[in-house]
Amino acid sequence: MSRSTLDLWVGIFVVIGIGALFFLALRVGNVSSVNLAEAYTVQAEFDNIGGLKVRAPIKSAGVVVGRVNAIRFDIHTYRAVVEMNIAPEFEFPRDTIASILTSGLLGEQYIGLDPGGDVENLANGDKLQITQSAIVLEKLIGQFLFDRAGATNE
Amino acid sequence: MSGPVAAVRRIGNLVTEGVWRLGFAARFFMLVLLYSGQSLRRVHLTIREIYFSGVLSLLIIVVSGLFVGLVLGLQGYETLQRFGSGDAVGVLVALSLTRELGPVMAALLFASRAGSAVTAEVGLMKTTEQLKAMDMMAVNPIARVVAPRFWGGVIAMPLLAAIFTSMGIFGGWLIGVVVIGVDPGAFWSQMQSAVDFRYDIMNGMIKSFVFGIAVSLIAVFEGFDCHPTAEGISRAITRTVVSSALAILAIDFVLTSFMFRGTS
Repeated sequence: MSRSTLDLWVGIFVVIGIGALFFLALRVGNVSSVNLAEAYTVQAEFDNIGGLKVRAPIKSAGVVVGRVNAIRFDIHTYRAVVEMNIAPEFEFPRDTIASILTSGLLGEQYIGLDPGGDVENLANGDKLQITQSAIVLEKLIGQFLFDRAGATNE
Repeated sequence: MSGPVAAVRRIGNLVTEGVWRLGFAARFFMLVLLYSGQSLRRVHLTIREIYFSGVLSLLIIVVSGLFVGLVLGLQGYETLQRFGSGDAVGVLVALSLTRELGPVMAALLFASRAGSAVTAEVGLMKTTEQLKAMDMMAVNPIARVVAPRFWGGVIAMPLLAAIFTSMGIFGGWLIGVVVIGVDPGAFWSQMQSAVDFRYDIMNGMIKSFVFGIAVSLIAVFEGFDCHPTAEGISRAITRTVVSSALAILAIDFVLTSFMFRGTS
């Protein structure tokens, strides 16, 4: 095979390979998702994080704005400290409420942010003051049974 | 020599042989890297090897990728619909292909299709003393023969893995959307929200790049190190395929445990 045809075939091969990579990037994956390279970090303390995991999404109004970076246990307050990376283009007021929610009945858990009304925005390293813990199903059922027992006694 | 002593001797011999070969392979890898500057400057040598190991592997990669995707689509749908989430078949196909099956299967096919050919070629060159002749003419055989084949494989491998993954997802789409009738909007949108470019696709590409280095190195090394006989070449080819497959699976386990720590 002469050299120019060989070059041509290799060129076609490389184009197909890079095309496949572009297909994966644009059609299969989501490149346009939040860019966390320059994200700012915010902390929040929860009484109970339920089944929240590292890399779980952080959503506001249903839109993904960041991801959970780390989860620690504070030995002084006995609460869970969740470190969140939020993309720099999404700014939230300082009195934003963080709550742990579940998508669907059996879905994954995520952190929902409800923006407050403060004039100042959250900066890197800030701590969210108001949080709402995950709802644990067993506790909910226990509460329900307790209420029912109380109601029938009356 | 009595039985047990000979057996112990054999084991000891195998161990020292293995360690010796490992050391030689490491030194050989350094030599390939050292002399690869020359082969990268004479780029047509590398392009020729990309043709032989990449372009000629294209057909088997495309066909196997398609079939793996078809099977994943069928089996995935079969299981997922029991939980009433047949729409998620796209997620299953895309995640398993980008993270694991794409890089690993492409590397296994590449090792048996292209790695064995490289070993045979280099081994025959050694057996017919072409490598020695080059040395005599002051042409470094590692720079002229080995390094282009190594780099050709390293460059071709990630591209082949990307093609394999894309074909697999196409196969999953064929079964899921065209044959079974999953809603195409749900198929693609669930896939897009579940597959992250950096986390899933780039990690898969990094895997296939590492596999490319491992398979190409094993292939050229076994060829360069073979016994210069007909039997020696055939043994070297067998060793290339076997140790490439083992290396791919072992490296895959190590990389997976680093990359996907069950955090998401």
